[in-house]
Amino acid sequence: MIESHATTQDIHGHPALQHHFENMEQQREAGTIGMWVFLVTEIMFFGGMFLAYALYRNFFPAAFASASNHLDITLGAVNTGVLIVSSFTMALAVYFTQVGNRRPQILCLVLTLILGLTFLGIKAVEYHEKYTDRLIPGHLIPGASFGPEAHALHLLPGATLPQVEMFYWIYFAMTGMHALHMIIGAGLLTFLIVYSIKGRFDPEYHSPVEIIGLYWHFVDIVWIFLFPLLYLLGRHFEHG
Amino acid sequence: MQSWIPLVPDSASTFSWKVDALYFYLSGVTLFFTLLISAVLIFFAIRYRRRTPYEIPRPIAGSHKLETLWTVIPFVIAMTMFAWGAQLYFQQYKPPQNAVEVYVVGKQWMWKLQHATGQREINELHVPVGRKIKLIMTSEDVIHDFFVPAFRTKADVVPGRYTTLWFEATKPGQYHLFCAEYCGMNHSGMIGSVYVMEPREFDNWLAGNTSSSTPAAAGQQLFQTLGCASCHGANGEGGRGPTLAGLVGRETPLEGGQTVRADEAYIRESILNPGAKIVAGFTPIMPTFQGQVTEDQLVQLVAFIKSLPGGTGTTPGASPASTPLPSPPVSSSPSGSPTENR
Amino acid sequence: MQPIESFEVPAPPKVNYINAQYGLKSWLLTKDHKRIALLYLGSITFFFFIGGIYAMMIRLELLTPQGDLVQSATYNKVFTQHGIIMIFFFLIPSIPATLGNFLIPMMIGAKDLAFPRINLLSWYIYLAGGVITIYALLAGGVDTGWTFYTPFSTTFSNSYVVATGLGIFITGFSSILTGLNFIVTIHTMRAPGMTWFRMPLFLWSHYATSLIMILGTPVIAITVLLLAFERLSGVGIFNPALGGDPVLFQHLFWFYSHPAVYIMVLPSMGVVSELVANFSRKNIFGYSFVAFSSLAIAVFGFLVWGHHLFVASQSVYAGMIFSFLSFAVAIPSAIKVFNWTATLYKSSISYDTPMLYALGFIGLFTIGGMTGLFLASLAVDVHLSDTYFVVAHFHYIMVGGALMGYLGGLHYWWPKISGRMYPEGWGRFSALVIFVGFNLTFLPQFIAGYLGMPRRYHAYPPEFQVFNVLSTAGASILGLGMLIPSIYFVWSMRYGKHAEPNPWHLPGLEWRTQSPPPTENFEVTPIVTWEAYEFAPPEETEVVGKFGPELERI
Repeated sequence: MIESHATTQDIHGHPALQHHFENMEQQREAGTIGMWVFLVTEIMFFGGMFLAYALYRNFFPAAFASASNHLDITLGAVNTGVLIVSSFTMALAVYFTQVGNRRPQILCLVLTLILGLTFLGIKAVEYHEKYTDRLIPGHLIPGASFGPEAHALHLLPGATLPQVEMFYWIYFAMTGMHALHMIIGAGLLTFLIVYSIKGRFDPEYHSPVEIIGLYWHFVDIVWIFLFPLLYLLGRHFEHG
Repeated sequence: MQSWIPLVPDSASTFSWKVDALYFYLSGVTLFFTLLISAVLIFFAIRYRRRTPYEIPRPIAGSHKLETLWTVIPFVIAMTMFAWGAQLYFQQYKPPQNAVEVYVVGKQWMWKLQHATGQREINELHVPVGRKIKLIMTSEDVIHDFFVPAFRTKADVVPGRYTTLWFEATKPGQYHLFCAEYCGMNHSGMIGSVYVMEPREFDNWLAGNTSSSTPAAAGQQLFQTLGCASCHGANGEGGRGPTLAGLVGRETPLEGGQTVRADEAYIRESILNPGAKIVAGFTPIMPTFQGQVTEDQLVQLVAFIKSLPGGTGTTPGASPASTPLPSPPVSSSPSGSPTENR
Repeated sequence: MQPIESFEVPAPPKVNYINAQYGLKSWLLTKDHKRIALLYLGSITFFFFIGGIYAMMIRLELLTPQGDLVQSATYNKVFTQHGIIMIFFFLIPSIPATLGNFLIPMMIGAKDLAFPRINLLSWYIYLAGGVITIYALLAGGVDTGWTFYTPFSTTFSNSYVVATGLGIFITGFSSILTGLNFIVTIHTMRAPGMTWFRMPLFLWSHYATSLIMILGTPVIAITVLLLAFERLSGVGIFNPALGGDPVLFQHLFWFYSHPAVYIMVLPSMGVVSELVANFSRKNIFGYSFVAFSSLAIAVFGFLVWGHHLFVASQSVYAGMIFSFLSFAVAIPSAIKVFNWTATLYKSSISYDTPMLYALGFIGLFTIGGMTGLFLASLAVDVHLSDTYFVVAHFHYIMVGGALMGYLGGLHYWWPKISGRMYPEGWGRFSALVIFVGFNLTFLPQFIAGYLGMPRRYHAYPPEFQVFNVLSTAGASILGLGMLIPSIYFVWSMRYGKHAEPNPWHLPGLEWRTQSPPPTENFEVTPIVTWEAYEFAPPEETEVVGKFGPELERI
C-alpha cells in the first residue's frame, strides 16, 4: 500500500514531488488510479449513447443498414488503422520515457499527435460529405436541413427517411463526442511534447506520459467499437 | 364540503378498497416502526444521558445475532409488501377480456374521450356502475396522465403509443379526473370529472346524447377516402394488401420469420410506418400515412378494423373464435346498451 | 490508548489555515482543501437561499386553492427552479464539498486530498455551472420541472432549457471530480496504521457516495447533452414523430437521478454515524455492518430506477423486478437505523446541538424511508404516483434526513473549522424549531397526496386547502428556524468563544490538531494504532452475543 521508507531523494524531494504526498511512489499510484477512475466515468458517459444506438438499431434495422451502407467504409477503415498505429506510437513513447531515451520519446509523441490530427482531418472530410449530401439531421445547420436526394441514399425495403435521420443523429452524436475527445487528446499530447522537450520527464517521474497514454488508448478503444457498429452494419445485415 | 377530515378519497371502483387495505397495512407497519424507534431513542436518550463530564461507557462491539434478526425481519416484512402490491398491480394493469372500450386522446390542456358507441366527451367521462371499462389512450403532444383518485388508478398518456387503463366503477357519483403528469402551462387546469351512473340513468344519458357516428363508422369512411380499400378491400378482405378482417388478436407471421400479435399499437404502427413489420408473403408497397392522419383519426381507423367480422369486436387479445359480445348488466334496460357496431 | 483527559492538545500557535495567508488571491487560487471547503460553503449557502425563496413562493401560492399569487406560467418556473437549485446546486455538493473536503484528509491523517488543484477546479466548475444557470433563471427561467421530461422539454417548452441544461451539465463535472478525488485519496493516502476498518464511518459513506458520483453523473451529463442537441436540431432520439421514444429519456434520466438521491443522503448518514458515536462516547454498534451497508446502498441504488416509471407505460414485468429491488435497497438503510439506535444502549449521551440533529435524523429518516416503501409497492404507487405523497416522502429524506445531517455536522465541526464555538442555547432552540416546522410542513402532505392532490399544481380543488394551510404554516416556522443558525454562525466568527483544539473531548484524528488547523493539518504524519471511536481500550470491549442479563436489566 503506502511505502513509508524514505530515500534521500524523498527527504529532499524530487522536484516534481507535490507537497501533500509522502513520496513519488504514492504520487504515481494516486495519479494512475485517478486516471482509471476517470476512464470509468468516460465509459458511463459514452454508454448512454451506445444504449440509444442499440435500441434504435433493434427497432429500425433496415434503415440503419441503409444509412450505414452510405458511410464511406474506406475512410473509416483508414481512420481505424491510423488510430491503432497511434496507440502503438503512444505506447512506445511511454516505454522510451520509462527508460529515459528522450529523442525517441519526443519523436513517438510527435508521431502520435500527427496520426491523431490525421484522424481528425479524415473525419472532417467525412463530415463535409454529409453536409453536401444533406444528411445532417434536423435543422442544426441553417439552410441545410436533413433532406438527401433520392439517389444519394439507397433505402433498403422497410426503411424510411425519418429512421435514417435517426441513424445520422446517433452517428453525429457518437462520432462528434469521440472527435471532441480526440481534440482534447491532441491538446494533452502537445503539452506532453513541450514538457518532454524541456526535459521534465525522467525514469523517476513519467506518470503524466503514462496517464495521458491511458487516456489515448481509451479514446482509441471507443473508436474500435464505433467503427463496426456504425460502418459495418450494412454488411452485417446482408450476410446475417 | 366535508365535516371531518378524511384520510382516503371516495371509494368508487373495485380496486379502491383493495388498494386502501394495502395502504393501511403499510401505514400500520410504518407507524409501528416509527413509534418503536422513536420510543427507544427517547428512552435511551433519557436513561443513558451523561451524568459526569468525563465518563466513558463500556464499548459494545456488536452482535451477529441482532444484525441477522433485524435484517431478516424487515426483509420478510418488505417481501409481504412487495408480493401484495405486485399481485394487486397485476390486476390493475391487465385489462379483462370483456371490457368496454373508451378511446381517450389527451392534449394540452384537455381530455377528448369517445365511447365505442360514438358519444364524444370533453373533460368528462360517463360510465355505468358495474361495467368493466377499458381506456385506450394516447396523446397528441406531450406526456399526460389520466388519474382518477376515487378509482385508485392512473396511467401515463404518451405520444406515439397507446397505453391502457381499466376499472369497474362501483358507486354512483361525480369524481375528480386529474392530469397527473406535468404538461405545461395549464397542467392544473387539465381536470374534469368522471360521472358514474346507475345503468338505467346511463342508458338515458347515452340516448339523450346525440352522437356523431361511432368511431368504427367514422373509421370506415376514412378507410374509403384514404384509399385503404384499394389494397385491403372495402371490408378488409385483402387483395394486394393483407386481410384485415379478424386481424386483431391474431398471431400474424411476418417476413423474416417472426410473428406478432396484432393489437391497437400494431395497427397504428402499420399505418404510420408500414415498412416496420411486413406480413409474410407480401411486399413493402404500402405508403406511409404519417402526417396525413391525426390521432383522433387513427383511433377511428383502429376501431373500424377491430370491428370487421371474423374479428373479436371489442376485445383484442381474445381468440378469434366467436367471443360473446359484452353482456349488458343484469338490471339494465333492454335497449340502448352500448354494443359494438355489428 | 490514552485516558480522555489526555485527548487534549497543547495551546494553539497563532498561525492556522485561515490566517496563514491574506488576500483574495490566496483564497481564490488556494490548493488547501480546507479553504476550498469554505469557498464551497459560501456558494452552496447562497444557492440554498435562492432555492428557499422559491420554496417560499410555492407555499405562499398554495395557501389558497385558486392560482392567485402568480400566473401559472410563473408558478411552473418557480417549482422547476426550486428543484433544480436545491438538488444540483445545494444537496448534491453540500456535505461532500464542504464537510467532506474539509475532513477527509484530516480523518485519514493526510496533508491534503490527492489532487488539490483538481479540487479547486471542481469549485470553479461548480461556479461556472451555477452562473450559467442563474443567467438562465434571470433571462426568463425554465418551466419543464427538474425532471425535464420529453417531448415537453425538447419540443413544447418555450423556456431556457438549453441554458439550464448546460449549467447542470457543467456542474456535473464538479461532482465527478470531487468523487474521483475522494476515491483516490481514500485508497492511497491513509496514514500508516489506518486500515480500512479503522476509518471513521464518515469515510465509508463518502467512499460509497463517490462511487455513485463517478458512475452515475456521466449518464445525466450525456442525457442532458442529448436533450439539448435534440432541442436545438429539432429531431432526435426522444421524438415520437421520428419513431423515437420519449420514455427512453425517463430511463436515462432516472438511471442517474435515482442514485443521485443516495449521493444526497449517504454523506448525511456518515455524519450521523459520527454524531451518534461521538456524542454517546461509544463505538458504533455493528461498525462493519454499517460500513458495508453504505456500499450496499450504493450498489443497489443503481438497480432501482424503474420505480419512477411504474405508471409510465413500462412493462408490468419490469415493474415487478424494480419493485422487488426497491424493497431490497431499503434493508441496508434499516440496518443502519437499528445499529445507530443500538449504539445508544448503555452509552453516555449528551444533548448538544449536533446530537439533537442526529436523533432528529434517525426519526425523520425512518418516516421518510418507510413512506418510500409505499411507493415501492406497485399497487399503491399507481395511486400515489405524481401526488403530494411523493413530495412529502422525498422531503422527509432530503430535509428531514440530508439537511439535518448537514446542520448537525456543521455544528459539530464548527469549532474545528472556524476556531469558534456557536452559542449552544440558540443551537438547541433552532434545532427544535426546525424539527417542529419541518414536520408541520410535510406531514399534512402525505394525507393530501393519498386523497389525490396532484403535484406541480398551481391551483387545486378546495377540499385540499386545509392541508396546504397547515403546510405553509409549517414552512414559515421551518424558514425562521433555518434563518437562526445562518445568523449565529456568522456572529460566532467574530464574537464566538474561542474553541479549544478538542472541545468535545473526542479521540478522532481531526481533534488531535489545532482548532482551526494549520495549513498542513498535522505537524507530523500520525501513526494510527487505535480503532475508530476508541474511547476505551479494546480489551474492555464486550461483545453482545445473546439476550443476556444486561438486556434483561432494562
